[in-house]
Amino acid sequence: MGSKAIISGVHDTQVGALPDSTCMSLHAEAALGALADAGLAVSDIDGLLTAYSFASPQLMLGGVLGEYIGLRPKVNASIAMGGMTGGLLVRHAESLVRSGRCRHVLCVTGDNRLTGMGDKVQAALADVGHPQYEQPYGMSVPAAFAMAAQVYFHEGWLNGDHLAAVAVNQRTNAALHPQSHMKKPITMDDVRKSKVIASPLRMLDCCLVSDGGAAAVVSAGDTARDLPKRAVELLGIGEGHTHEHIFAAPSLVDFGCKESAADALAQAGLKHQDVDCAHIYDCFTSTLLITLESMGFYGRGEAGPAALAGEFAIGGRFPVNTNGGLLSYGSSGAAGGMFHVVEAVRQLRGECGPRQVKDAEVALAHTLGGIFSGHCSIIMGRA
Amino acid sequence: MAELQAKPMPVPDSISRPYWEGANQGEFRFQRCRACRKAQFYSRYACVHCHSTELQWQVAKGLGRVASFSVIHRAPIAAFMADTPYVLALVDLDEGFRFMCNVLHCDPATVKIGMRVRVCYETRPGSEQKVSQVEPATS
Repeated sequence: MGSKAIISGVHDTQVGALPDSTCMSLHAEAALGALADAGLAVSDIDGLLTAYSFASPQLMLGGVLGEYIGLRPKVNASIAMGGMTGGLLVRHAESLVRSGRCRHVLCVTGDNRLTGMGDKVQAALADVGHPQYEQPYGMSVPAAFAMAAQVYFHEGWLNGDHLAAVAVNQRTNAALHPQSHMKKPITMDDVRKSKVIASPLRMLDCCLVSDGGAAAVVSAGDTARDLPKRAVELLGIGEGHTHEHIFAAPSLVDFGCKESAADALAQAGLKHQDVDCAHIYDCFTSTLLITLESMGFYGRGEAGPAALAGEFAIGGRFPVNTNGGLLSYGSSGAAGGMFHVVEAVRQLRGECGPRQVKDAEVALAHTLGGIFSGHCSIIMGRA
Repeated sequence: MAELQAKPMPVPDSISRPYWEGANQGEFRFQRCRACRKAQFYSRYACVHCHSTELQWQVAKGLGRVASFSVIHRAPIAAFMADTPYVLALVDLDEGFRFMCNVLHCDPATVKIGMRVRVCYETRPGSEQKVSQVEPATS
């Protein structure tokens, strides 16, 4: 076992409607920003990991980006595992660095699916449904996630107030971030009265569709001394995979995040209560609460009341999604998860200004793909 | 323009053809493993439980319960807009497997987790293929 890998640089672009952006310009902006943050040049990078694009699909996105920014890496791969991909890029970069295969791996995500796709984006997302056993029934992505929420409602573990509290908290946080997509304040009533999309989920329970990009550089631990900024160590990373389609999920209550979080914490030698802030994939308000319970941060039926009691606020007992998350910061394909990685790193460096969690030493970034299908949990800490 | 777009229809393949042909004949067919005796949905090359390839087709009685559901008010594509609000459900058939369908022939507001349902088959305009669905079981 070598020394821990570190995250040496991060960057996220402005998110929202960016009509002058392209998929590749967002990738380049995020990539070059992360390199500048790490004090590295393009020529220092020996590994490139990328995700996928809906707005501008490529057979070899990594090849296209390498060409676009003049990068000739020794290792180049594109990974497409839906919303969990942002975390997975960091996960595989960590393996490449710890094995000695690479020194500096650049992980880049981004898409312009708001201005680049228009109305086609919801239909493209619904295409994730099984072509024979889901799509003929008009399954939408919100409805698929609502299946789990409905069970939590039925059991009395969640209610509309709990979900609304998550949406309001994250909008409050997003207002403190200069780059966030949605800053307009919302109230509990705004959420509770927003139109039903797929019961029990309403419009303001759903994440945004944004243009944006995000990148991280994962480097060998012994490069930390040369960095301009405080390094953040990757302490433990876990994955969990249980199904692809929601009808084939072994449970509608617990998901692969249970295993991914347990593995990440065990590798880090830490316990749930050691995590100072969590940055969790929140495609829907319910997704966040269900994930927190399934991971064991809260007992069954306790995450919703915690949200209502303000525990997830930046000054609360367990700050969650301090940048506003996918719900209010922005959601740009695989970059949605990478935004969480970027924010976790910034919290541990103490760079978050009005969003700063006091004395944040250990952070969790968690990404999710499919319909609770695949999960990646990353525990990181101040070096 | 909504009426110009057809709903997505299953395109049976060599592994799923018995299931979809069964739907056209009013039979809900599923695979049961000869080795471990467990049922699986959907049909596959091998048993998902024990990986035996000794699979046999059986016909379900067509009775089950709603494991979960959502009433969809915003359709993912135009073809379903006229149906809103419609019920998407996960149904556990008594034979021991789960599938996705719509709950037809009832007020969406009456659908509950745990409610008994019965398989029925929907005919869609412009298609010979019937689609497996459920409706409330009255008895």
